[in-house]
Amino acid sequence: MEQLIQQTAAGLANGAIYALLALALVMIFVSTDHINFAQGEMAMFSAYLTWQFIQWGANFWIALPLVMVLSFAIGVGIERSILRPLHNAPVLSVVVVFIGLLTIFHALAGGIWTHTIKAVPSPFPQVSFPGSGYIGAHQLGMIVVTIVMLFALFAFFRLTPLGLAMRAAAQNPASARLAGISVDWMLALGWGLAAAVGAVAGSMVAPAVYLEPNMMASILLYGFAGALVGGISSPGGAVAGGFIVGVLENLIAYFGNVIERATGLYIVGNGEKLTVALIIVITVLTLKPNGLFGHVTVKRV
Amino acid sequence: MPLLEVDSLKAYYGQTQALHGVSFALEKGGITALLGANGAGKTTTLRSLCNMVRTEGAVRFDGEVITGRPTESIVRLGFGHVPEGRGTFTNLSVDENLRVAAYTRKDAAAVQRDRDMVFEYFPILKARIDQQAGTLSGGEQQMLAISRALMLGPRLMLLDEPSFGLAPLIVQEIFRIMRRINSEAKVSMLLVEQNAALALDLADDAYVLETGRVVMSGKAADIKNNEAIRKSYLGY
Repeated sequence: MEQLIQQTAAGLANGAIYALLALALVMIFVSTDHINFAQGEMAMFSAYLTWQFIQWGANFWIALPLVMVLSFAIGVGIERSILRPLHNAPVLSVVVVFIGLLTIFHALAGGIWTHTIKAVPSPFPQVSFPGSGYIGAHQLGMIVVTIVMLFALFAFFRLTPLGLAMRAAAQNPASARLAGISVDWMLALGWGLAAAVGAVAGSMVAPAVYLEPNMMASILLYGFAGALVGGISSPGGAVAGGFIVGVLENLIAYFGNVIERATGLYIVGNGEKLTVALIIVITVLTLKPNGLFGHVTVKRV
Repeated sequence: MPLLEVDSLKAYYGQTQALHGVSFALEKGGITALLGANGAGKTTTLRSLCNMVRTEGAVRFDGEVITGRPTESIVRLGFGHVPEGRGTFTNLSVDENLRVAAYTRKDAAAVQRDRDMVFEYFPILKARIDQQAGTLSGGEQQMLAISRALMLGPRLMLLDEPSFGLAPLIVQEIFRIMRRINSEAKVSMLLVEQNAALALDLADDAYVLETGRVVMSGKAADIKNNEAIRKSYLGY
């Protein structure tokens, strides 16, 4: 039982990172209908920036906002300079650009900081708290940060005029222009926000794993799975999906072990976590193509 | 000086030329109708004014040449474009639709005044304020589209077939309110309509388009009373 709770808690912690990355993917998807395959590498690059600031003597909590601002600027810059000329390009051209970006950030990180793995200290104090037998301080911290990010973004999109303008531009660009909204800048802003959210994901996961250029590769896959399960058009759904995938992969391995111990029959274990998680994703998408929490738009016909 | 002067406007969709040098002028405070059959270039003319299609020629608004500027900056000069198909933000609420329209305005008091004005013209929108705009009826969406244009604080409204697909009673109501908006809010209007009889009742001046050219123009009343013109150009 204790192990079950531990596994669930650890799953939630991993899920928090998947959720953040899913959130970043959704941010770009809702306004452009594109899945940014470079999102993970951009987050990894941001994590290196955080590490660099810490090396220069900054506190993590000063480094993180700085890196978020920097990443935001990089995101906006990429959209304005690389993707803007491709606004009317076929989707495959955009995919190629994303793959190019992925390779570039990967190579840049390796080139600047070498491929040697680096340890990043956790920004959360290692104190004991009720339930600390089940979950580590950093794991709990990741969950809290994810939920805070979700609420901050929710408030931004629901309560601010700029957030409303971004939603309008995403939904009906022609009408948004006729309301005087500069749709091009809204897209760039979406990229900036995605990069900033990704920066948080990267900087949060770096202390949990080790910092190296391949750090985000599998995490992006899980984040993508989370976004699809929750509904790629819904930020709240993407976060929920991230948590669901995180918990599922741990519980699958856990129950696999339980079954093996009881019957001696090996069905699933740690090695098949990803496979089973992806099977679940495919199942969900077959039954509910819009994801569990995807928008079903009410439309008058 | 006319509020809007259009001088040999040409428009292209890809390789296809849709307007072959359209020229007209619109007086401040008036209602001008653009009439013509399907494919005559009425909608294209409106879209060209806001630079939503590739255009050549000169458009002067209040004496200033605006040709070639991005749509959003033309709009900010005071163009309230009620587009073909109404352009509703279907996933946003009625309230959010109205707020988006006022996004570029800084004067909160003026925005609030316009909001009150909109609700006075279209009380149904106030009753539907928190409803998702995509669930409104066609007539209500047309009212919302006009209201969105009003929330911009426009000097000129471009109305693209406001009667399209609506029941005659609703059309009457909307046209009655458009007349009020024109006289009370002092908003000039450029009205595109296939329903020529309806448009000529409302408008002061009218231009008739045929395959991307102006073939006829004059006072709305004169055109309405000239059976020969009506028969040959407007089909009624």
